[in-house]
Amino acid sequence: MGEAIVVTSGKGGVGKTTTSANLGTALAMMGQKVCLVDTDIGLRNLDVVMGLENRIVYDIIDVAEDRCRVGQALIKDKRFEELYMLPAAQTKDKNDISPEQVRQIIESLKPDFDYIIIDCPAGIEQGFRNAIAGASQAIIVTTPENAAVRDADRVIGLLEKNNFPSPKLIINRIRPTMVKSGEMLEIDDICQVLAIDLIGIVPDDEFVIKAANSGEPTVMNVNSRAAIAYRNIARRILGETVPLSQLDEKSGMFSKVKKFFGMG
Amino acid sequence: MASKSTITIKGIKEGLVFLLDDQVDFVHLLDDLNEKLDKHGQQFNGPIVHIFIKLGSRQLEEEDKERIRAVFRRQGNLLIQSIESDPKEEAPDLASAPTLHKIVGIVRSGQTLEYDGDLILLGDVNPGGTIRCSGNVYVMGALRGTVHAGKDGNSDAIIVASLMRPTQLRIADVISRPPDEWTSSEPWMEYAFLREGTMSIDKLTSLSRQRKEVMLFKGV
Repeated sequence: MGEAIVVTSGKGGVGKTTTSANLGTALAMMGQKVCLVDTDIGLRNLDVVMGLENRIVYDIIDVAEDRCRVGQALIKDKRFEELYMLPAAQTKDKNDISPEQVRQIIESLKPDFDYIIIDCPAGIEQGFRNAIAGASQAIIVTTPENAAVRDADRVIGLLEKNNFPSPKLIINRIRPTMVKSGEMLEIDDICQVLAIDLIGIVPDDEFVIKAANSGEPTVMNVNSRAAIAYRNIARRILGETVPLSQLDEKSGMFSKVKKFFGMG
Repeated sequence: MASKSTITIKGIKEGLVFLLDDQVDFVHLLDDLNEKLDKHGQQFNGPIVHIFIKLGSRQLEEEDKERIRAVFRRQGNLLIQSIESDPKEEAPDLASAPTLHKIVGIVRSGQTLEYDGDLILLGDVNPGGTIRCSGNVYVMGALRGTVHAGKDGNSDAIIVASLMRPTQLRIADVISRPPDEWTSSEPWMEYAFLREGTMSIDKLTSLSRQRKEVMLFKGV
Protein backbone atom coordinates (compact mmCIF):
# COMPACT_ATOMS: atom_id res chain seq x y z
CA MET A 1 0.00 0.00 0.00
CA GLY A 2 1.52 3.28 -1.08
CA GLU A 3 1.86 6.52 0.81
CA ALA A 4 0.20 9.60 -0.65
CA ILE A 5 2.09 12.85 -0.02
CA VAL A 6 0.67 16.23 -0.96
CA VAL A 7 3.10 19.03 -1.84
CA THR A 8 1.55 22.36 -0.94
CA SER A 9 2.49 25.92 0.05
CA GLY A 10 -0.42 28.34 0.00
CA LYS A 11 1.53 30.95 -1.92
CA GLY A 12 2.12 30.52 -5.63
CA GLY A 13 5.51 30.43 -7.28
CA VAL A 14 7.51 29.00 -4.42
CA GLY A 15 8.31 25.77 -6.24
CA LYS A 16 5.57 23.23 -5.52
CA THR A 17 5.58 21.77 -9.00
CA THR A 18 9.37 21.74 -9.24
CA THR A 19 9.56 20.05 -5.85
CA SER A 20 6.92 17.47 -6.80
CA ALA A 21 8.69 16.67 -10.06
CA ASN A 22 12.11 16.38 -8.46
CA LEU A 23 11.08 14.41 -5.39
CA GLY A 24 9.05 12.04 -7.56
CA THR A 25 11.95 11.58 -9.95
CA ALA A 26 14.48 11.17 -7.12
CA LEU A 27 12.33 8.50 -5.46
CA ALA A 28 11.94 6.71 -8.80
CA MET A 29 15.71 6.85 -9.32
CA MET A 30 16.05 5.10 -5.95
CA GLY A 31 13.93 2.25 -7.20
CA GLN A 32 10.57 3.27 -5.77
CA LYS A 33 7.32 2.96 -7.69
CA VAL A 34 6.11 6.52 -7.95
CA CYS A 35 3.02 8.20 -9.35
CA LEU A 36 2.88 11.98 -9.72
CA VAL A 37 -0.61 13.47 -9.61
CA ASP A 38 -1.26 17.01 -10.84
CA THR A 39 -4.32 18.54 -9.17
CA ASP A 40 -3.76 22.04 -10.55
CA ILE A 41 -6.72 21.76 -12.88
CA GLY A 42 -6.92 24.51 -15.46
CA LEU A 43 -3.28 25.53 -14.90
CA ARG A 44 -1.44 22.26 -15.26
CA ASN A 45 2.34 22.52 -15.22
CA LEU A 46 3.70 19.26 -13.90
CA ASP A 47 3.54 17.63 -17.32
CA VAL A 48 5.56 20.51 -18.79
CA VAL A 49 8.22 20.36 -16.09
CA MET A 50 8.44 16.59 -16.58
CA GLY A 51 8.56 16.94 -20.36
CA LEU A 52 5.52 14.72 -20.80
CA GLU A 53 3.08 17.27 -22.17
CA ASN A 54 2.85 15.76 -25.64
CA ARG A 55 1.86 12.34 -24.34
CA ILE A 56 -1.33 13.30 -22.54
CA VAL A 57 -4.41 11.50 -23.82
CA TYR A 58 -6.70 11.39 -20.80
CA ASP A 59 -6.56 13.43 -17.62
CA ILE A 60 -7.79 13.31 -14.02
CA ILE A 61 -11.18 14.80 -14.94
CA ASP A 62 -11.68 12.05 -17.53
CA VAL A 63 -11.02 9.52 -14.78
CA ALA A 64 -13.35 11.27 -12.33
CA GLU A 65 -16.13 11.40 -14.93
CA ASP A 66 -15.61 7.76 -15.95
CA ARG A 67 -14.52 8.43 -19.52
CA CYS A 68 -11.52 6.20 -18.90
CA ARG A 69 -9.94 3.96 -16.31
CA VAL A 70 -7.21 5.43 -14.13
CA GLY A 71 -4.67 3.11 -15.76
CA GLN A 72 -5.43 4.59 -19.18
CA ALA A 73 -4.80 8.13 -18.01
CA LEU A 74 -1.42 7.35 -16.43
CA ILE A 75 1.60 8.40 -18.47
CA LYS A 76 4.74 6.34 -18.05
CA ASP A 77 7.99 8.24 -17.90
CA LYS A 78 10.22 6.07 -20.06
CA ARG A 79 13.43 7.44 -18.56
CA PHE A 80 12.73 5.50 -15.37
CA GLU A 81 11.68 2.06 -14.37
CA GLU A 82 8.59 2.94 -12.37
CA LEU A 83 7.60 6.60 -12.70
CA TYR A 84 4.09 7.51 -13.81
CA MET A 85 2.07 10.66 -13.83
CA LEU A 86 -1.62 11.48 -13.81
CA PRO A 87 -2.06 14.84 -15.54
CA ALA A 88 -4.57 17.55 -14.67
CA ALA A 89 -7.10 18.82 -17.19
CA GLN A 90 -6.30 22.11 -18.83
CA THR A 91 -9.77 23.03 -20.07
CA LYS A 92 -11.76 22.65 -16.85
CA ASP A 93 -11.37 24.31 -13.46
CA LYS A 94 -11.00 23.28 -9.81
CA ASN A 95 -14.73 23.01 -9.18
CA ASP A 96 -15.18 20.32 -11.81
CA ILE A 97 -13.87 17.68 -9.44
CA SER A 98 -14.72 17.01 -5.80
CA PRO A 99 -12.41 16.08 -2.91
CA GLU A 100 -14.25 12.76 -2.68
CA GLN A 101 -13.51 11.96 -6.34
CA VAL A 102 -9.84 12.79 -5.88
CA ARG A 103 -9.74 10.65 -2.75
CA GLN A 104 -11.17 7.70 -4.67
CA ILE A 105 -8.65 8.10 -7.48
CA ILE A 106 -5.73 8.26 -5.03
CA GLU A 107 -7.08 5.21 -3.20
CA SER A 108 -7.24 3.28 -6.48
CA LEU A 109 -3.59 4.17 -7.17
CA LYS A 110 -2.25 3.22 -3.73
CA PRO A 111 -2.04 -0.57 -4.23
CA ASP A 112 0.16 -0.19 -7.32
CA PHE A 113 2.67 2.39 -6.03
CA ASP A 114 5.07 3.02 -3.17
CA TYR A 115 4.66 6.78 -3.30
CA ILE A 116 1.98 9.02 -4.75
CA ILE A 117 3.15 12.64 -4.92
CA ILE A 118 0.25 15.09 -5.28
CA ASP A 119 1.06 18.51 -6.70
CA CYS A 120 -1.29 21.03 -5.08
CA PRO A 121 -2.38 24.30 -6.68
CA ALA A 122 -1.72 27.63 -4.94
CA GLY A 123 -4.43 28.95 -2.68
CA ILE A 124 -6.58 27.45 0.05
CA GLU A 125 -9.83 27.01 -1.86
CA GLN A 126 -11.39 24.09 -3.69
CA GLY A 127 -8.14 23.16 -5.45
CA PHE A 128 -6.37 22.86 -2.11
CA ARG A 129 -9.20 20.81 -0.63
CA ASN A 130 -9.09 18.50 -3.64
CA ALA A 131 -5.35 18.03 -3.39
CA ILE A 132 -5.25 17.17 0.31
CA ALA A 133 -8.29 14.89 0.15
CA GLY A 134 -6.45 11.70 -0.71
CA ALA A 135 -3.16 12.40 1.04
CA SER A 136 -2.01 11.12 4.41
CA GLN A 137 1.20 13.13 4.61
CA ALA A 138 2.03 16.69 3.56
CA ILE A 139 5.15 18.55 2.51
CA ILE A 140 5.03 22.33 2.82
CA VAL A 141 7.25 24.29 0.45
CA THR A 142 8.22 27.81 1.38
CA THR A 143 10.87 30.32 0.41
CA PRO A 144 12.80 32.63 2.75
CA GLU A 145 10.34 35.49 2.29
CA ASN A 146 7.85 36.77 4.83
CA ALA A 147 4.87 36.42 2.51
CA ALA A 148 5.66 32.80 1.70
CA VAL A 149 6.20 31.95 5.38
CA ARG A 150 2.87 33.56 6.33
CA ASP A 151 1.02 31.54 3.73
CA ALA A 152 2.84 28.37 4.75
CA ASP A 153 1.73 29.02 8.33
CA ARG A 154 -1.85 29.42 7.19
CA VAL A 155 -1.71 26.17 5.25
CA ILE A 156 -0.15 24.30 8.18
CA GLY A 157 -3.06 25.49 10.31
CA LEU A 158 -5.54 24.18 7.74
CA LEU A 159 -3.70 20.87 7.44
CA GLU A 160 -3.66 20.39 11.21
CA LYS A 161 -7.40 20.97 11.18
CA ASN A 162 -7.69 18.28 8.50
CA ASN A 163 -5.83 15.71 10.60
CA PHE A 164 -2.38 15.91 9.10
CA PRO A 165 -0.45 15.25 12.28
CA SER A 166 3.02 16.35 11.25
CA PRO A 167 3.54 18.13 7.94
CA LYS A 168 7.16 18.40 6.78
CA LEU A 169 8.87 21.58 5.66
CA ILE A 170 11.09 22.31 2.67
CA ILE A 171 12.70 25.73 2.45
CA ASN A 172 13.30 26.41 -1.20
CA ARG A 173 15.49 28.85 -3.11
CA ILE A 174 17.91 29.81 -0.40
CA ARG A 175 20.75 32.12 -1.38
CA PRO A 176 23.52 31.50 1.15
CA THR A 177 25.21 34.83 0.54
CA MET A 178 21.98 36.76 1.13
CA VAL A 179 21.21 34.82 4.30
CA LYS A 180 24.71 35.51 5.55
CA SER A 181 24.40 39.23 4.91
CA GLY A 182 21.05 39.27 6.70
CA GLU A 183 19.00 40.17 3.64
CA MET A 184 17.16 36.86 3.65
CA LEU A 185 15.23 35.18 6.45
CA GLU A 186 17.30 32.72 8.42
CA ILE A 187 16.38 29.06 8.32
CA ASP A 188 16.20 28.92 12.11
CA ASP A 189 13.80 31.86 12.22
CA ILE A 190 11.49 30.22 9.69
CA CYS A 191 11.54 26.94 11.58
CA GLN A 192 10.82 28.70 14.85
CA VAL A 193 7.72 30.37 13.48
CA LEU A 194 6.34 27.38 11.59
CA ALA A 195 7.29 24.87 14.29
CA ILE A 196 7.21 21.78 12.06
CA ASP A 197 9.94 19.30 11.06
CA LEU A 198 12.36 20.55 8.45
CA ILE A 199 12.92 17.85 5.85
CA GLY A 200 15.26 19.77 3.58
CA ILE A 201 16.64 23.05 2.31
CA VAL A 202 17.13 23.65 -1.39
CA PRO A 203 19.57 26.29 -2.61
CA ASP A 204 18.62 28.67 -5.39
CA ASP A 205 20.06 27.15 -8.52
CA GLU A 206 19.98 28.23 -12.16
CA PHE A 207 19.97 24.61 -13.21
CA VAL A 208 16.40 24.35 -11.88
CA ILE A 209 15.14 26.95 -14.36
CA LYS A 210 17.08 25.38 -17.19
CA ALA A 211 15.82 21.94 -16.27
CA ALA A 212 12.19 23.01 -16.06
CA ASN A 213 12.37 24.48 -19.55
CA SER A 214 13.98 21.42 -21.03
CA GLY A 215 11.56 19.01 -19.38
CA GLU A 216 14.27 17.18 -17.52
CA PRO A 217 13.92 17.29 -13.73
CA THR A 218 16.94 18.82 -12.01
CA VAL A 219 17.70 15.70 -9.98
CA MET A 220 18.95 14.05 -13.18
CA ASN A 221 21.73 16.63 -13.36
CA VAL A 222 24.78 15.60 -11.37
CA ASN A 223 26.25 19.09 -11.28
CA SER A 224 23.28 20.81 -9.71
CA ARG A 225 23.38 21.74 -6.03
CA ALA A 226 19.59 21.69 -5.91
CA ALA A 227 19.72 18.13 -7.25
CA ILE A 228 21.79 17.01 -4.25
CA ALA A 229 19.29 18.67 -1.94
CA TYR A 230 16.33 16.95 -3.63
CA ARG A 231 18.04 13.59 -3.52
CA ASN A 232 18.74 14.07 0.18
CA ILE A 233 15.08 14.91 0.81
CA ALA A 234 14.03 11.77 -1.07
CA ARG A 235 16.37 9.70 1.10
CA ARG A 236 14.86 11.28 4.21
CA ILE A 237 11.39 10.39 2.96
CA LEU A 238 12.62 6.80 2.66
CA GLY A 239 13.61 6.93 6.31
CA GLU A 240 17.34 7.46 6.04
CA THR A 241 19.04 9.89 8.37
CA VAL A 242 20.80 12.42 6.20
CA PRO A 243 22.26 15.46 7.91
CA LEU A 244 21.13 18.84 6.57
CA SER A 245 23.80 20.01 4.16
CA GLN A 246 25.58 23.14 5.22
CA LEU A 247 24.91 25.95 2.83
CA ASP A 248 28.50 26.94 2.29
CA GLU A 249 29.55 23.34 1.82
CA LYS A 250 29.84 23.91 -1.89
CA SER A 251 32.48 26.58 -1.42
CA GLY A 252 35.00 24.30 -3.02
CA MET A 253 38.35 22.87 -2.20
CA PHE A 254 40.22 26.11 -2.53
CA SER A 255 38.30 27.98 0.13
CA LYS A 256 38.45 24.96 2.41
CA VAL A 257 42.22 25.08 2.15
CA LYS A 258 42.12 28.81 2.82
CA LYS A 259 39.95 28.21 5.87
CA PHE A 260 42.38 25.60 7.06
CA PHE A 261 45.13 28.16 7.03
CA GLY A 262 42.94 30.68 8.77
CA MET A 263 42.47 32.85 5.73
CA GLY A 264 38.75 32.11 5.11
CA MET B 1 -52.87 34.15 42.73
CA ALA B 2 -54.15 31.40 44.99
CA SER B 3 -53.11 32.07 48.55
CA LYS B 4 -52.49 28.39 49.15
CA SER B 5 -49.60 28.19 46.79
CA THR B 6 -47.62 31.06 48.27
CA ILE B 7 -47.58 29.88 51.89
CA THR B 8 -47.07 26.36 53.11
CA ILE B 9 -47.30 25.50 56.76
CA LYS B 10 -45.60 22.43 58.13
CA GLY B 11 -45.69 21.06 61.60
CA ILE B 12 -42.45 19.92 63.18
CA LYS B 13 -41.60 18.81 66.66
CA GLU B 14 -40.41 22.25 67.73
CA GLY B 15 -43.36 24.13 66.30
CA LEU B 16 -44.46 25.31 62.86
CA VAL B 17 -42.48 25.99 59.74
CA PHE B 18 -43.81 28.62 57.35
CA LEU B 19 -42.46 28.12 53.84
CA LEU B 20 -42.96 31.39 52.01
CA ASP B 21 -42.93 31.30 48.22
CA ASP B 22 -39.84 33.11 46.92
CA GLN B 23 -41.23 33.95 43.47
CA VAL B 24 -44.23 36.19 44.24
CA ASP B 25 -44.16 39.88 45.00
CA PHE B 26 -43.30 40.58 48.65
CA VAL B 27 -46.34 42.82 49.26
CA HIS B 28 -48.54 40.11 47.81
CA LEU B 29 -46.90 37.62 50.12
CA LEU B 30 -47.65 39.78 53.21
CA ASP B 31 -51.30 40.04 52.15
CA ASP B 32 -51.50 36.28 51.80
CA LEU B 33 -49.84 35.83 55.17
CA ASN B 34 -52.32 38.21 56.84
CA GLU B 35 -55.22 36.44 55.20
CA LYS B 36 -53.98 33.02 56.22
CA LEU B 37 -53.46 33.97 59.84
CA ASP B 38 -56.89 35.64 60.02
CA LYS B 39 -58.52 32.60 58.49
CA HIS B 40 -56.98 30.12 60.83
CA GLY B 41 -56.93 32.55 63.76
CA GLN B 42 -58.63 30.20 66.19
CA GLN B 43 -56.28 27.36 65.48
CA PHE B 44 -53.40 29.53 66.56
CA ASN B 45 -54.94 30.35 69.91
CA GLY B 46 -53.67 28.63 72.98
CA PRO B 47 -50.19 27.78 74.12
CA ILE B 48 -47.15 29.44 72.63
CA VAL B 49 -46.08 28.06 69.30
CA HIS B 50 -42.59 28.51 67.92
CA ILE B 51 -42.48 29.68 64.32
CA PHE B 52 -39.66 29.09 61.88
CA ILE B 53 -39.92 31.10 58.69
CA LYS B 54 -38.18 29.95 55.58
CA LEU B 55 -37.95 32.45 52.74
CA GLY B 56 -36.52 30.17 50.07
CA SER B 57 -34.12 32.04 47.83
CA ARG B 58 -35.64 35.43 48.71
CA GLN B 59 -33.22 37.78 50.44
CA LEU B 60 -34.84 40.31 52.79
CA GLU B 61 -33.65 43.50 54.43
CA GLU B 62 -34.14 43.80 58.19
CA GLU B 63 -37.08 46.20 57.78
CA ASP B 64 -38.96 43.72 55.61
CA LYS B 65 -38.32 40.97 58.14
CA GLU B 66 -39.82 43.31 60.74
CA ARG B 67 -42.95 43.59 58.58
CA ILE B 68 -43.29 39.82 58.70
CA ARG B 69 -42.81 39.82 62.45
CA ALA B 70 -45.50 42.49 62.75
CA VAL B 71 -47.98 40.26 60.98
CA PHE B 72 -47.31 37.42 63.39
CA ARG B 73 -47.39 39.67 66.44
CA ARG B 74 -51.11 40.16 65.94
CA GLN B 75 -51.47 36.54 66.99
CA GLY B 76 -50.32 36.63 70.56
CA ASN B 77 -49.23 33.04 70.85
CA LEU B 78 -47.02 32.86 67.76
CA LEU B 79 -43.38 33.41 68.57
CA ILE B 80 -40.95 33.81 65.72
CA GLN B 81 -37.77 31.87 66.33
CA SER B 82 -36.02 32.49 63.04
CA ILE B 83 -36.38 34.03 59.59
CA GLU B 84 -34.05 32.29 57.16
CA SER B 85 -33.19 32.43 53.50
CA ASP B 86 -31.46 29.65 51.58
CA PRO B 87 -27.74 30.20 51.35
CA LYS B 88 -27.03 32.53 48.43
CA GLU B 89 -26.46 30.72 45.19
CA GLU B 90 -22.82 30.90 44.14
CA ALA B 91 -23.47 30.55 40.44
CA PRO B 92 -23.99 34.22 39.49
CA ASP B 93 -20.79 35.13 41.34
CA LEU B 94 -18.82 32.57 39.39
CA ALA B 95 -20.13 33.85 36.10
CA SER B 96 -18.94 37.37 36.77
CA ALA B 97 -15.59 36.24 38.17
CA PRO B 98 -12.83 35.96 35.58
CA THR B 99 -12.36 32.44 34.29
CA LEU B 100 -8.96 31.28 33.13
CA HIS B 101 -8.93 29.27 29.95
CA LYS B 102 -5.92 27.13 29.20
CA ILE B 103 -5.12 26.37 25.59
CA VAL B 104 -2.22 24.33 24.24
CA GLY B 105 -1.14 24.90 20.65
CA ILE B 106 0.04 27.38 18.06
CA VAL B 107 -2.29 30.11 16.84
CA ARG B 108 -1.32 30.18 13.18
CA SER B 109 -1.99 32.70 10.45
CA GLY B 110 -5.72 33.06 9.84
CA GLN B 111 -6.74 31.46 13.14
CA THR B 112 -8.55 33.30 15.92
CA LEU B 113 -9.03 32.41 19.59
CA GLU B 114 -11.83 34.28 21.33
CA TYR B 115 -12.74 33.88 25.01
CA ASP B 116 -14.54 35.54 27.87
CA GLY B 117 -12.17 35.83 30.79
CA ASP B 118 -8.44 35.30 30.87
CA LEU B 119 -6.47 33.06 28.55
CA ILE B 120 -3.21 31.27 29.05
CA LEU B 121 -1.74 29.96 25.81
CA LEU B 122 0.97 27.33 25.98
CA GLY B 123 2.39 27.98 22.53
CA ASP B 124 3.09 30.74 20.04
CA VAL B 125 0.91 33.27 18.28
CA ASN B 126 2.20 33.53 14.72
CA PRO B 127 1.90 36.57 12.44
CA GLY B 128 -1.66 36.67 11.12
CA GLY B 129 -2.99 34.81 14.18
CA THR B 130 -5.34 36.59 16.60
CA ILE B 131 -6.37 36.25 20.25
CA ARG B 132 -9.33 38.22 21.60
CA CYS B 133 -10.23 38.06 25.29
CA SER B 134 -12.33 40.08 27.71
CA GLY B 135 -9.65 39.60 30.37
CA ASN B 136 -5.89 39.21 30.43
CA VAL B 137 -3.88 37.22 27.91
CA TYR B 138 -0.79 35.26 28.91
CA VAL B 139 1.27 33.81 26.06
CA MET B 140 3.78 31.24 27.27
CA GLY B 141 5.63 31.38 24.00
CA ALA B 142 6.44 33.84 21.25
CA LEU B 143 3.81 36.48 20.53
CA ARG B 144 4.24 37.45 16.87
CA GLY B 145 0.62 38.01 15.92
CA THR B 146 -2.20 40.17 17.25
CA VAL B 147 -3.67 40.13 20.75
CA HIS B 148 -6.67 42.08 21.99
CA ALA B 149 -7.03 41.98 25.78
CA GLY B 150 -9.96 43.56 27.60
CA LYS B 151 -11.96 43.52 24.39
CA ASP B 152 -15.15 44.59 26.19
CA GLY B 153 -13.50 47.75 27.45
CA ASN B 154 -11.46 46.56 30.44
CA SER B 155 -8.49 48.93 30.28
CA ASP B 156 -6.83 47.22 33.26
CA ALA B 157 -6.25 44.11 31.19
CA ILE B 158 -2.67 43.14 30.45
CA ILE B 159 -0.90 41.08 27.82
CA VAL B 160 2.02 38.92 28.90
CA ALA B 161 4.38 37.14 26.53
CA SER B 162 7.60 35.19 26.89
CA LEU B 163 8.79 36.78 23.67
CA MET B 164 7.09 40.06 22.81
CA ARG B 165 7.24 40.56 19.02
CA PRO B 166 3.60 41.34 18.19
CA THR B 167 2.19 42.55 14.88
CA GLN B 168 -0.34 44.57 16.82
CA LEU B 169 -1.50 44.88 20.41
CA ARG B 170 -4.87 46.07 21.61
CA ILE B 171 -6.08 46.71 25.14
CA ALA B 172 -9.69 47.89 25.50
CA ASP B 173 -10.00 50.37 22.62
CA VAL B 174 -6.33 51.33 22.38
CA ILE B 175 -4.53 50.00 19.32
CA SER B 176 -0.78 49.95 19.15
CA ARG B 177 1.53 48.96 16.34
CA PRO B 178 5.14 48.20 16.98
CA PRO B 179 7.64 49.33 16.01
CA ASP B 180 6.08 52.74 15.27
CA GLU B 181 5.32 53.41 18.90
CA TRP B 182 7.59 51.08 20.78
CA THR B 183 9.93 48.22 20.19
CA SER B 184 10.94 45.29 22.26
CA SER B 185 14.06 43.30 21.78
CA GLU B 186 14.33 42.04 25.29
CA PRO B 187 14.97 38.37 25.91
CA TRP B 188 12.98 38.28 29.14
CA MET B 189 9.26 38.04 29.76
CA GLU B 190 7.36 41.26 29.27
CA TYR B 191 3.85 42.56 29.61
CA ALA B 192 1.85 45.26 27.90
CA PHE B 193 -0.54 47.53 29.78
CA LEU B 194 -2.21 50.90 29.46
CA ARG B 195 -0.48 53.79 31.19
CA GLU B 196 -2.72 56.84 31.01
CA GLY B 197 -4.31 55.57 27.85
CA THR B 198 -1.17 54.65 25.95
CA MET B 199 0.31 51.23 25.43
CA SER B 200 3.39 50.56 27.50
CA ILE B 201 5.72 47.61 27.74
CA ASP B 202 7.66 46.62 30.79
CA LYS B 203 9.43 43.57 32.10
CA LEU B 204 7.15 41.21 33.95
CA THR B 205 8.92 41.70 37.27
CA SER B 206 7.66 45.29 37.32
CA LEU B 207 4.04 44.15 37.32
CA SER B 208 3.83 43.63 41.07
CA ARG B 209 5.13 47.13 41.70
CA GLN B 210 2.72 48.64 39.22
CA ARG B 211 -0.35 46.73 40.43
CA LYS B 212 0.49 46.67 44.13
CA GLU B 213 -1.50 43.49 44.56
CA VAL B 214 -1.01 41.83 47.91
CA MET B 215 0.82 38.55 47.76
CA LEU B 216 0.51 36.07 50.57
CA PHE B 217 3.49 33.82 50.98
CA LYS B 218 3.38 30.67 52.98
CA GLY B 219 6.09 30.01 55.48
CA VAL B 220 8.63 32.39 56.96
